[in-house]
Amino acid sequence: MTTTPTVERPFYDRVMEAVPSGEKLKLCLQCGMCSGICPYGFAMNFPPQSLIAAVRAGDLDPVFESETVWLCVSCFACANVCPAQIPLTSGLMASLKTEMLLRRKVPAELQTALENTRRYGNTLGESPRKRSAWCQSITPAIPLMAQTKEPVDVLWFVGDYASYHPRAVLASQAMARIFQALGIRFGILGPEENSDGDVQYLAGERGLLEILAQKNGKVLRKYKYQEIVTTDPHAYNVIKHEYPGVGVSVPIKHYTQFLAERIEQIKPLLRHEHKAAVTYHDPCAIGRANKNNIFEEPRLVLSAIPGLELVEMAHNRATSICCGGGGGGNWLDGFAWQQTHTRMSEWRIQEALASGAQTLAVACPYEAPRFEDALKSLGAENKLVVKDIAELLADAMSA
Amino acid sequence: MHIVVPIKLAPDLVEDLEIDAGGAALDRTFLRLIINEFDDHAIEQAFLLKERGGGQVTIVAPDLEGADDVLYTAAAKGADRLIKLIGDFSAGVNCHALARTLAKVIGDLHPDLVLTGVQAHDDLDGAVGPLLAEHLGMPYLGYVAGLTVSDGKCMARKEYPGGLVAEMDVALPAVFGIQAAEKPPRYVVTSLITQAMKSATIEEIETGEFDSGGAAAVERMSRLEATTHAEMIEGSTDQVADKLVAVLRERGLLAPRG
Ligand code: SF4
Ligand code: SF4
Repeated sequence: MTTTPTVERPFYDRVMEAVPSGEKLKLCLQCGMCSGICPYGFAMNFPPQSLIAAVRAGDLDPVFESETVWLCVSCFACANVCPAQIPLTSGLMASLKTEMLLRRKVPAELQTALENTRRYGNTLGESPRKRSAWCQSITPAIPLMAQTKEPVDVLWFVGDYASYHPRAVLASQAMARIFQALGIRFGILGPEENSDGDVQYLAGERGLLEILAQKNGKVLRKYKYQEIVTTDPHAYNVIKHEYPGVGVSVPIKHYTQFLAERIEQIKPLLRHEHKAAVTYHDPCAIGRANKNNIFEEPRLVLSAIPGLELVEMAHNRATSICCGGGGGGNWLDGFAWQQTHTRMSEWRIQEALASGAQTLAVACPYEAPRFEDALKSLGAENKLVVKDIAELLADAMSA
Repeated sequence: MHIVVPIKLAPDLVEDLEIDAGGAALDRTFLRLIINEFDDHAIEQAFLLKERGGGQVTIVAPDLEGADDVLYTAAAKGADRLIKLIGDFSAGVNCHALARTLAKVIGDLHPDLVLTGVQAHDDLDGAVGPLLAEHLGMPYLGYVAGLTVSDGKCMARKEYPGGLVAEMDVALPAVFGIQAAEKPPRYVVTSLITQAMKSATIEEIETGEFDSGGAAAVERMSRLEATTHAEMIEGSTDQVADKLVAVLRERGLLAPRG
């Protein structure tokens, strides 16, 4: 007598419930496009298509045995090409990561980043009281919303990396100078701001996202502002698409959108040339993720800089190659190296070098540190300069 | 098997530490407390034992900021009983007072094993475990990095410097000072903690007055002074030895040549 294997209901149900359109899993055609486009599909025991096959067959033990789901960097490439529009990144892969967290199979470095978020409200494990330390050197001083009683034009949601990481804060300081040059009345939340929760939830920690969204929602509701602008693509993605599900609906713009809207006001302020070929790396989170499609605004801003020649990498816009930092990937470099002996950030640098560019422009706080590390590990430090769009713009504006 | 884990909350070093106006204690205005790291290992070791041999795990924490968090997190990991000690812990309690207080509470729980962190990073005394064992009339073994329990007997692994490991049989009940659990403390997903906050109960036990007798008193607290440079002593072996002796004499660390 043969017994029909039964689908392990709890996991199946969790996948279905993880996102509003989770039941779409049933529509999978097994076409394999998702696994084919996945940058680490070659090294995963269960890339999306095989994972769905295993879920349908109820053969989940080998899935939970394998830890290669931690190679998933939540780049949304699979979800973006799926003809059945299954939410593969935020639904399927994130649910499997939750399952792995429940089974306590989580690489140590990622565990630390999650614990840091829970305790300190940021992945880096820094003091929440020092969240605005990056802007102490700036004059005129950047107001904290808690101190300004006046409504502002822009409430700037700075984000974790842009607040604390020694390389990333340089871009934040540049952005502050741009706001000031444009005469924008703006403020930041400082110690009241918490991690946005994007990478944590895509790493399987939906419960953490809910707590963070509620905390951020509470402070965002306290203040008066025309709009919220963020320098973090992950904050943009999660606030736009996941916060409403937790009861926090606030409008949000990425800073490249904000700048593109004011490009005519900006152009006369650009005094210095940037005489170089520049290529732009599309961050997944404002690009193909949830079809955010912020592709042209960053290019419009870059093209306004005198002397700058924009060149494209082979993979650009919706086909951009991930820097490897999303969905917890930023804390899984060691794991990915062990499994694949490759670094995604190096692939991207090689593409940037092949494009003939001398400057790699970025628009996400994870990227400058990641790409600069990749340049070092490739021994190519002298061949390419990595700059945030805000840095390039602020340099062009400088007196 | 009943395993009791008393934990301590110690200053979180992520925040800058300041000395208060009195000069003999930390300024507690902005102090944030975190579970003592060794106690976190003691909790993990308790769960590893429970997973292997069954039993009950009870966590005991002082009523300080962060205690509920620690207790609910432990509940989410599988703790059976959560106890909060109600008393005035706010100004800090020395290890003698803490051990006496814990002994009263833990004695009534009739534990088979008491696991504590071998020391805490705020005082580095390492005395709570031994004092507690003395009050409870149980044996104590410290610097333990692994435990196996079978038939009412316990085998403890103790690590020595130089890569030596001893395995010792200990009759239960006993108190162990945990240096490291066999595995790093586990992660527990936030949704389970949220659930525990709704379903778990924290029992409260009054401590009464603390008896701090027997402890050393802190007279003065100061920051370590960062020195600017190290002086390298050069020359032949004899020359280096002579200079070293001269330096030690000069600082009064060796008796003058008599
Ligand atoms: S791309 Fe979509 S339909 Fe095709 S195998 Fe993957 S999940 Fe199924
Ligand atoms: S999100 Fe990216 S890394 Fe993750 S499975 Fe899909 S394609 Fe692969």
